[in-house]
Amino acid sequence: MELLIDGLKKAIEIILTGNQDILAITLLTLRVCFISTLISTLLGLPIGIWLGLTRFKGRKILLTFVNIGLGLPPVVAGLWITMLLWRSGPFGELGMLYSPTAIVMAQILVSLPIIISLTCSAFQQINEKMLLQIKALGATKLQMLLLLIKQSKVAIMAAIMAGFGRVIAEVGAAMMVGGNIQGDTRILTTTIVMEVSKGNFDIALALSFILLSLALLITAALTFLQQRRRFS
Amino acid sequence: MKKNRLLSFLFAAMLILLAACGSTDTKDSAGASEKKEAPKAEATEMILATTTSTQDSGLLDEIIPLFEKENNVKVKVIAVGTGQALEMGTKGEADALLVHAPASEQAVVDAGDAINYKRVMYNDFVLVGPKENPAGLSGDDIKAALAKIADSKAVFISRGDDSGTNKKELEIWKAANITPEGDWYVSTGQGMGQTLQVAAEKKGYVLTDRATWLAQSKNLDTLQIVVEGAPDLMNIYHVMQVNPEKHDKVNATDAEKFVNFMVDDETQKVIENFGKEEYGQSLFVGYTE
Repeated sequence: MELLIDGLKKAIEIILTGNQDILAITLLTLRVCFISTLISTLLGLPIGIWLGLTRFKGRKILLTFVNIGLGLPPVVAGLWITMLLWRSGPFGELGMLYSPTAIVMAQILVSLPIIISLTCSAFQQINEKMLLQIKALGATKLQMLLLLIKQSKVAIMAAIMAGFGRVIAEVGAAMMVGGNIQGDTRILTTTIVMEVSKGNFDIALALSFILLSLALLITAALTFLQQRRRFS
Repeated sequence: MKKNRLLSFLFAAMLILLAACGSTDTKDSAGASEKKEAPKAEATEMILATTTSTQDSGLLDEIIPLFEKENNVKVKVIAVGTGQALEMGTKGEADALLVHAPASEQAVVDAGDAINYKRVMYNDFVLVGPKENPAGLSGDDIKAALAKIADSKAVFISRGDDSGTNKKELEIWKAANITPEGDWYVSTGQGMGQTLQVAAEKKGYVLTDRATWLAQSKNLDTLQIVVEGAPDLMNIYHVMQVNPEKHDKVNATDAEKFVNFMVDDETQKVIENFGKEEYGQSLFVGYTE
């Protein structure tokens, strides 16, 4: 109990004094999480919509692989990316291992399946009759697509939130491909692991409060966007 | 169309935030900032694979910035167990190594994967155990102590992660002619800090390096040092660079500078003074050849 209060005090102290190191770590965390969620969204939405609206041979197999990806353990994603980026690996020339870019890659790998899968289920549930009706009213393909996206807003936002939740909570892959390097690839979750192994439970707790507050703020913003009523 | 406006608003907001984070980040991060380094040549990068003890004790935070400043290098410190650090060396994934398992290190040097192998510093291992001391251990004879633990089947917590400490522990079991197995022998597979936590919870004995013990003992009030001071408990750290002739992507220039930096008199002084203020004793003692 005492430790919890210590941690909370420490968190407030860190925020008030504007600790430079932790500020940099927090900003980096935000940056990699936003970039990876953004890329996953930009890639995942079209793929999800396509998988949800079309029917073709091999679609179920493809979908199975996407759904397996829902449970892809981050350390497995991390291990694969590490081996690809090793100096001796196929992309070794790029020298990208132990960089924020490597963390973004691993986070995309774990969040993309979530966004694809949830988007796909949302679009698959759209009533066939409605599709026919839209077509009958003479909508172009683009108009129809926009209409359907509008219809599925709540589900799309849920997919984005789930993807974001995955990347901000992720630690195993970030540790492996990022290396938790001071001033370079240290993000909030990996710092928490390190501080725990150093025995600095108060700092670890303080960081956990900061991480949770960030997640809360961002998820709240997204939820408000999701739940906003359409007045038009 | 409201929906699209919402989505585009969301993306725009994300982009603005990204841009904001990006710009502040370049201003803040002291070492890597290109703006700061602009007048000089661009900083080169090297990867140092090392053990968790040098990072968890805080030693590297003290000396790495000195080296980076002196040589305009960005050192990427990867803190893992000694076994993994050596493996990174033999694969050419690191440029320099700072580790503490002399027997395994020698094998890497003999295989030609590492060159410029130099002794840097030492501290010692200590056996810590529960304050109740169920096996009744004391003194400095570590082999006899382990034998007593095995006899009385008192709980012993092992790192079990192929780290330098783990290798040392197995070495001593072997020297004492005991194969540790059974319910009393617990293998955590985790770092020193977590393993000490497990020992404190399970009231077990555990072999640890003194630096980590000193740094963590504030959280471990059920444990105490029971055996220390034996010559075979010495914990020696070596530095080496990965052989550029065997691994062509290695940054040999900076790695060589790093090896020389570690054995330099100035650096040795910093090492000796590290921790004196906080713990009243040096965590590492300079020990060059």
